[in-house]
Amino acid sequence: MTNTPARNTKVMNRADLTQRLVAGLKDEAVIGGIGNTNFDLWAAGHRPQNFYMLGSMGLAFPIALGVALAQPKRRVFALEGDGSLLMQLGCLSTIATLAPKNLTMVVMDNGIYQITGAQPTPAAGHTDIVAVAIASGLANSSWAADEDDFERLIEQSKQASGPTLIGVRIDDKPGTGTTRRDPVQIRERFMNGMGVRQLL
Amino acid sequence: MAAAEQASSKDKAKDKSQDAATTWHGIVLQTLKRNEIRLVPYVPDRVLTTLIKDLHADPYFTTFPTAREEEAVGIVSGAWMAGMRGAVLMQTSGFATLANVLASLAVPYQIPLIMFVSERGTLGEFNYGQALVCRTMRPVLDSLAMEHHTITRLDELEFIADRSIKQAVTTQAPVALILSPLLTGGKTFDK
Repeated sequence: MTNTPARNTKVMNRADLTQRLVAGLKDEAVIGGIGNTNFDLWAAGHRPQNFYMLGSMGLAFPIALGVALAQPKRRVFALEGDGSLLMQLGCLSTIATLAPKNLTMVVMDNGIYQITGAQPTPAAGHTDIVAVAIASGLANSSWAADEDDFERLIEQSKQASGPTLIGVRIDDKPGTGTTRRDPVQIRERFMNGMGVRQLL
Repeated sequence: MAAAEQASSKDKAKDKSQDAATTWHGIVLQTLKRNEIRLVPYVPDRVLTTLIKDLHADPYFTTFPTAREEEAVGIVSGAWMAGMRGAVLMQTSGFATLANVLASLAVPYQIPLIMFVSERGTLGEFNYGQALVCRTMRPVLDSLAMEHHTITRLDELEFIADRSIKQAVTTQAPVALILSPLLTGGKTFDK
């Protein structure tokens, strides 16, 4: 969690924000990053358009970019933790260059590796992830001030002319569910949700 | 003058079609196309220069650099699941960064990840670090029981690449196609 003096954003809750996002969805794809991010996505109610990562820390945005490039008419949301994004900051430049307008990225920023024992990330208190995104060329990047602002930014992203990144400060609570760790079923159902293939 | 221009563009087209049949990069490009692989993210390598240039020049392909090889693996995995085929180009040292995402994404999710790896570190390597990292590649592939082939001959390239791509797709399993210096000429100290 970045606590620079200029910041005036509310500390929110990952599960609550994820439920708010999912409640408004129809056939949009959602990519949930490793750990708590996809646990809360699972807990918000499984849907075949959700993809849950069980490893490959840092790849939520790249996977979402691939989906967005393959299906430019479908809105793609990606949920990623701050620690995960720090592993793959370069992807922000790639996404800025390709600029898919159907991609909305959410960074859940609590400044800690909650799931491994709540150790602070190297960025905690010093690095502004939204500023990093803007400097990477993602002009539509902003912090959500509170829950209403988060919902407004999500809506706004659907009409955007380029990719959107939304930073949310969150508390140190763990995820509220546990994703069923069956990678083949997750992938098969996601492909069904994307209209690529029928289930057996 | 117009006729001369026409003639020269015809020559160029002829060069290209000869390229397609007689150079390793031409064969790789045509094999990708024939297998409907449109998305080709890469981390560059000197040996791959002509292939990368030709991919950019061909509107059939969506090709672009990524900051890390892992990122490219994530992109083609997402695209595959959403109905678009891809392949990743990289160098040996780039492959060495992939063990975690192969073991936690491509293999367990059964994603037909297609990788072309330009082989550094052998047959005239001048950088000891490259020689060492090269030795980690096949043990990593073998430890995950991943399909891999080292392509050394031009006359075998199309067969190996085409069959391996088809096998990856139909068996939903990743494959690494290692482009040996015997095929590409590699990178040597005096270049």
